[in-house]
Amino acid sequence: MSEQSLSFQDMILTLHSFWSRHGCLILQPYDMPMGAGTFHTATTLRALGPEPWNAAFVQPCRRPTDGRYGENPNRLQHYYQYQVILKPSPGDIQQLYLDSLTAIGVDPLLHDIRFVEDDWESPTLGAWGLGWEVWCDGMEVTQFTYFQQMGGFDCKPVAGELTYGLERLAMYIQGKDSVYDLDFNGQGVTYGDVFLENEKQMSAWNFEVANTESLFDAFRKAVAECENCLEAKLPIPAYEQAIQASHVFNLLQARGVISVAERQAYMGRVRDLAKGSCEAWVEKKGWAA
Amino acid sequence: MTDFLLELLSEEIPARMQGKARADLEKLFAEQLVAAGLKAQSLQTYSTPRRLALIARGLPETTQAVSEELKGPPADAPEAAVEGFLRKAGLTRDALETREVKGRATLFAVINKPGRATADVLADAIPAIIRAFPWPKSMRWGTASQTTESLRWVRPLQGIIALLGGYVVPCEIDGLVAGNTTVGHRFHHKGPVTISGVEDYASVLRAAHVIVDHDERAAIIRDGAAKAASEAGFVLVEDEGLVVENAGLTEWPVPLLGRYDPAFLEVPPEVIQLTNRINQKYFVVRDAAGALAPAFVCTANISAHDGGKAIVAGNEKVLAARLSDAAHFWEQDQWHHDPVTRERKERRTLEEHALKLSNIVFHEKLGTVADKVERVAKLARWLVEEGIVTTRSPAKAGAQESGSASHSGLRLTPENGSVSLADLAEQAARLCKADLVTEMVGEFPELQGLMGGYYAAKEGLDPQVAAAIRDHYKPVGQGDDVPTAPVTVAVSLADKLDTIAAFFFEDMPPTGSRDPFALRRAALGVLTTIAANGLRLHLQQVLTLAIAYHGKRIGAAGADLVRAYRAAKEAAGLAFTKADEAEARAAFIDNVLSDEAKSQLIISRVRPAVSSILDFFADRLKVQQREAGVRHDLIDAVFALGGEDDLVRLLARVHALQAFVETGEGGNLLAGYKRAANILKKEMPSPLQGRGGSREAAEGEGQSPTSEHSPLPTLSPEGERAYGLEPAEDALISALDGAEPLAIAAIEAEDFEGAMAALAVLRAPIDAFFDDVTVNDPDPAKRTARLGLLARFRAAVHRVADFSKIEG
Repeated sequence: MSEQSLSFQDMILTLHSFWSRHGCLILQPYDMPMGAGTFHTATTLRALGPEPWNAAFVQPCRRPTDGRYGENPNRLQHYYQYQVILKPSPGDIQQLYLDSLTAIGVDPLLHDIRFVEDDWESPTLGAWGLGWEVWCDGMEVTQFTYFQQMGGFDCKPVAGELTYGLERLAMYIQGKDSVYDLDFNGQGVTYGDVFLENEKQMSAWNFEVANTESLFDAFRKAVAECENCLEAKLPIPAYEQAIQASHVFNLLQARGVISVAERQAYMGRVRDLAKGSCEAWVEKKGWAA
Repeated sequence: MTDFLLELLSEEIPARMQGKARADLEKLFAEQLVAAGLKAQSLQTYSTPRRLALIARGLPETTQAVSEELKGPPADAPEAAVEGFLRKAGLTRDALETREVKGRATLFAVINKPGRATADVLADAIPAIIRAFPWPKSMRWGTASQTTESLRWVRPLQGIIALLGGYVVPCEIDGLVAGNTTVGHRFHHKGPVTISGVEDYASVLRAAHVIVDHDERAAIIRDGAAKAASEAGFVLVEDEGLVVENAGLTEWPVPLLGRYDPAFLEVPPEVIQLTNRINQKYFVVRDAAGALAPAFVCTANISAHDGGKAIVAGNEKVLAARLSDAAHFWEQDQWHHDPVTRERKERRTLEEHALKLSNIVFHEKLGTVADKVERVAKLARWLVEEGIVTTRSPAKAGAQESGSASHSGLRLTPENGSVSLADLAEQAARLCKADLVTEMVGEFPELQGLMGGYYAAKEGLDPQVAAAIRDHYKPVGQGDDVPTAPVTVAVSLADKLDTIAAFFFEDMPPTGSRDPFALRRAALGVLTTIAANGLRLHLQQVLTLAIAYHGKRIGAAGADLVRAYRAAKEAAGLAFTKADEAEARAAFIDNVLSDEAKSQLIISRVRPAVSSILDFFADRLKVQQREAGVRHDLIDAVFALGGEDDLVRLLARVHALQAFVETGEGGNLLAGYKRAANILKKEMPSPLQGRGGSREAAEGEGQSPTSEHSPLPTLSPEGERAYGLEPAEDALISALDGAEPLAIAAIEAEDFEGAMAALAVLRAPIDAFFDDVTVNDPDPAKRTARLGLLARFRAAVHRVADFSKIEG
């Protein structure tokens, strides 16, 4: 885009500072592998109940099947999302979001910003919401959702969730064609310097090496432990086991050892764990019905 | 008279919902007016991504004053009755009038409802419209969403303009107060925009970079896109759906031309077009020769200060990434690659892709797609080997050719002479679903069939096979092309018949509005393909076979066979255990049970399934033919003959029947028939039922009885000679003697017009018979003979159709 475009890390720092100024807690990533920032307890569990909640954080996302051994310019098995959750959703949330884009260097009179219908549904979390994918010159850069239900419960009040695709946005702002060419720190280190080798090795492990017996075992153990926690009325540890089960399932998928027929059953299992954890959480907090 | 402006400002409304939202707004508003006794001279609605607007012109300032009179109890009625009446009327005792009614003093209440200010009506109507608005999906938002009862809208509602004659209609909903301000374009205009009324709404917003009228935006996009293309030397590929969608995504549309690398054009044009259209909402363009050209038109929502250069560059990059993906799929689907050098190795064939179909479940009760393909392949081959699908020209495949599956000239070979049509059909069927596991179809499911066709052609398969793979899903809907190439016809029919047979066999027919497996569409596809190609086949036979192909797999694992095993063991005095049950499915079925027993079990389930499918086809046929202008009662009349499952013959008969009954001759014959049938219905049951010769029972058996064999032996023609025939009677007998053999011969030759013409000569004699002859003669011999004659006449007419089903 321009000479003085933000580096990858400066973009994150700018978003942190922007959302901090607008009343968000700046949290750190959840310390478990997960497929999307929405899994973070700061999103999922905090979307439930009446308490106001405003938080922003970077969440690394693992999508084992999206690995391309570092050969594809924009598909990664590990990438970053920037998540903002605002509950209840503020009346000016769209303008806040647009201001945040301006802050990281997107000029809305030079670039075509659009809100294009994209409703969100996560069967795994028993959740859905309405919103848009935000386009910048035809590229989806953010998922914008008003949560209506989470874990099968109505959101009262509704939270607004913004999920920025950090690498896409950075490629856009920096005018780079490959994620690996992104300027990471403004001092000569690229995204590729940091992550290319990870992508190669992790793709190989995800697709070819991961011990499937251990993975199946890990899945069973996570399920059992989740149930154990639910029995002990400990929703947060139970939910962590649901996150774990979900990630192990994704790894098994990448290894290609789950047939189409079995797939539904596994997904249903993970959904039960996640929903069960949400139910236990709602109950523990005394918000039931 | 006054005018009213309503604007409902919100966050971005999905483009696809805006058209219906405009219609709903108009409808709800009109209903509110009607309920208040108001009428506008005109109603106009507009939409942009952020607003729904309505302008009503020529509204009265107030509603009509209404005077209503209520009659109450007598003046001397008990106090309680009077009080009840006062409550009902909402008046006090001194406001009542007393009038004489039939000499009795009676209370009356005269309630004058003065005209209501239109502003007041609208103040109530606006919140009511908003609450009742039928969005396909709606949501809650913000602080109010603490409760699930809070206001719902398609996306958060931000503001309301309600101006009647330039004054704000005071109303509010969930804290949102109606006013006279809105916002302009999201980026081109800062701050509120004040509207003074209907007249300046559009112009004030235009000054704020918002074109309110969706049609105007559509026109800007349509013309601007065409202009952008032609300025670059291309021709826009028109796409009205995209025009409307982009108009629903923009308030200030600016079409811009971008380009992509011509190297991508090696990918099929449909793929490029879909990538542009579905993923990016871009128009594609063609060069002067009509070939897809490496450029596109996107529609921006701003007049960028660099003239759109950055926007075009950004969109070009996104499209390039999308097309790279498509090119990658195109390559991956066709070639193996060296994992290190990424060089092409051997070709990845459709046959190789097809191996993966055994991993895809078609339906949990119906096995995998590989199982389905196996059945379709057999059925497609059979359709050719039976001579049902041949290489003859479809247009000439007329009724004169024998419909039976004679084995002459079956294995017609195509021009290349080396491979038989049956082999080609089987090959195409085996490969027709292979593209479902390709990456391209994974990305663009709507390209199923088409991609398989491309890959088959690239692989060098017979062009007929490639075309069959490409087109076998057709016809997909009304107006879609109907296959005519023999290989395609065989695969297309086999695929659809298999699907229908399978779901009916497993008792999953469509019900009501639920047709999750699109069986109705499949049936319609079968019917149009058969009719368009003049295919002579017996549906009953084909369906039985299709089910039998299923039964071999499903029946073998089914509960019927386990029950049979249990019965066999118990009959032999042995206990039937759980282990036996498992074994039954494997060992017993294959080794112990004879093939015949297996087929018997399957047949017990086949018959009911085939019969319900035939009924299903009959219903579909009626729906289809109704749309083609054929009367459903005539279809019923032919179906009622029973046993007709040759669609071509059935339709020929129906068409001939329609032409016939719509002539004066046919109409009069029908009238004569009805009269005869009524007499028979009235006179026949009691005297004849005891003799076991009911004509109805004979009719129920269906097929036309021969003339030698009278349906009513007790009323045989011989009986008629026992008394002196009246001239009209004699004439009718002669006419029947002449007409019946002609009609029979014509029907056998499938010359239904001829058969109708033969019967038409009965018209005058039957009319004369009714004019001159008394059926209900006191002489039982005469009466019986005359009833018999009428029955013979009715039977003769029934040779072409059951006229009792014909209306009018």
